[in-house]
Amino acid sequence: MLTGNAAAAWGVRLANVDYIPAFPVTPQTEIIETLSKWINDGVMDAKFVTMDSEHSMITAAGAASATGARVFTATSSQGLVYGFEMLYTIAGWRVPLVMINVSRGLSSPITLEPDHNDILATRDTGFIQIHCEVCQEVMDSILIAYRLAEDERILLPVLVNMDGFHLSFTREPVELPIIEQVRKFLPAYKPNHAFFKASQPMAQGVAVLGGYAYSYFKYQMHLASKKAIEVYREVSEEFAELFGRTYNTVETYMADDAECLLIMTNSFTTMGKAAIERARARNIKAGLLRLRLVRPFPEADIIRFVKRAKAVAVLDQNISIGKGGIIYSDVASTLYNEKEKPVLLSFISGLGGKNISIEEFEFIFDSLVKAVDKGEISPPQLLYTEAELIEINRLKNIVGKEKHYKFESGD
Amino acid sequence: MQTIYEKPKTLIDTSTHFCPGCGHGIVLRLIAEIIDAWGIRGKTIGLAPVGCAVLAYNYLDIDMCEAAHGRPPAVATGIKRVHPDNIVFAYQGDGDLAAIGTAEIIHAANRGENITFIFVNNAVYGMTNGQMAPTTLPGQRTATTPAGRDSANYGYPIRICELLAVLDGTSYIERVSLSSPENIRKTKKALEKGFTTQLEKKGFSLIEILSPCPIYWRMDANESMKYIDEDMTRIFPLGVVKDWTQKN
Repeated sequence: MLTGNAAAAWGVRLANVDYIPAFPVTPQTEIIETLSKWINDGVMDAKFVTMDSEHSMITAAGAASATGARVFTATSSQGLVYGFEMLYTIAGWRVPLVMINVSRGLSSPITLEPDHNDILATRDTGFIQIHCEVCQEVMDSILIAYRLAEDERILLPVLVNMDGFHLSFTREPVELPIIEQVRKFLPAYKPNHAFFKASQPMAQGVAVLGGYAYSYFKYQMHLASKKAIEVYREVSEEFAELFGRTYNTVETYMADDAECLLIMTNSFTTMGKAAIERARARNIKAGLLRLRLVRPFPEADIIRFVKRAKAVAVLDQNISIGKGGIIYSDVASTLYNEKEKPVLLSFISGLGGKNISIEEFEFIFDSLVKAVDKGEISPPQLLYTEAELIEINRLKNIVGKEKHYKFESGD
Repeated sequence: MQTIYEKPKTLIDTSTHFCPGCGHGIVLRLIAEIIDAWGIRGKTIGLAPVGCAVLAYNYLDIDMCEAAHGRPPAVATGIKRVHPDNIVFAYQGDGDLAAIGTAEIIHAANRGENITFIFVNNAVYGMTNGQMAPTTLPGQRTATTPAGRDSANYGYPIRICELLAVLDGTSYIERVSLSSPENIRKTKKALEKGFTTQLEKKGFSLIEILSPCPIYWRMDANESMKYIDEDMTRIFPLGVVKDWTQKN
């Protein structure tokens, strides 16, 4: 039984990482503590050093990665966005760094609990993103991530994401692979490119003015990222053969005959699957699609499943302030030029770790059924339960704010 | 009957989240006593850090703003520059001030910001469960240095007071501790001096307070106090490092 954090540390240990710059941040810290203990105990051979901030930590990680070392680092939330500018820089360096982000809502107001505004803020950086539902997947994804990052056809850094608390601190059965099989899947890194050594003069991160060269480099990154879908399929097939666990770009649950499809990401998907079963018990042909690969966005796989449904709901645990759900926008643009496409509804819940209740899932499926049966399209909605609204009103009372929200179904 | 001891009015009547034996409660109480005694509750603004003192605004009944990790000097600067008549103080731990916020504190000091900085040094990252901080003593065991801090690999403890004292923008810098009632009284005097520096518009003041963290030092409360006196003060000597009242 391992926590998500311990599973991540095991992934790093199995990957034979050379260097780990670190900085503590809740709820990630257990990962670096575990690694520092193993290194101290002599069971893991890597260099470990704590830095003064995530900005320096991510910078040092990228720089070490550029010399041809296999490098890992981990952060969360505020730490990820504190190092934000370096994410663009490191992706531009085309180095195979693997990082974990343990999702946590962004300040302010400050919180420790998860949502996905942190990781999705970095979606345009060039990092490939793998989002995990369970602890086993966290460990496995680290191994897959190094294969992707170090592949000559890609050479982009990878972020593996898991939800804080719900995954980072939850113990689940995790099967540890035998080391020989791991070495077979992920041999030592022997770079033919992106290594930076004094013996072979090359310049990295140079200035390019005029725009045409800049555009060229960005387009090359984009092409490499798009290529990563195909490479991902190869790598995950190989992984499945060796370890018996299959990780497609998207994971589906009862989706084959689903008329009402729910799209989610990360650990709350487990609750979504339970909701699918309850909806099926109510004779709703419900199914679920979980995005595992979020960058590159696996458009073809999404279209394949989404087109079979009559109505689709995207449940975002993030909010692009002034627009709405981020995954909804991505899915909507993916479908826009399809001739036949389902109705696409947008829901937001689970911000800052807010529970997504049984009633909220029921409301989503009722909305989908209404869309299918009566053609009623509900507007994008942020979901709350009645009990949560009562609590908000109680807090407003304490601070002397008179205006109360009234609960209405559909609010 | 005469009241000789009471809870400061500025201290909110609530239980705290601090661990047993922690020094933060003492420091917050001293601040509250000064605010009460000086009658400055209506014009004082405090900055809470990220770290163990993140919830300081739950304990001090004054205007407070929580800042991102390491950013209290910048937030305090923004507030003080447009409201110079308010008394502004930043309350920071060693992870906040001496690691991620080092650049911020150096430049606030170098600009000579007329702000009082209260720097609580307990030589570990307490809130994230006791990892090595830049102030961790050589040999000290932490969650990220299980065999003790090896300076050859992890560097040396940062002496913030001495580092800042060389900057012309600083006016008053003192290091105190919470290891005994006598030292706590000295700490209160130093805090008063820090606030006086600001009221007199003399510029940047910083009081570093060596504070016990029995939980992550893996000690009882008594051993922690002894650790401050015998180990911490060898690296971080107590006393005035810089004082504008003693110039010339």
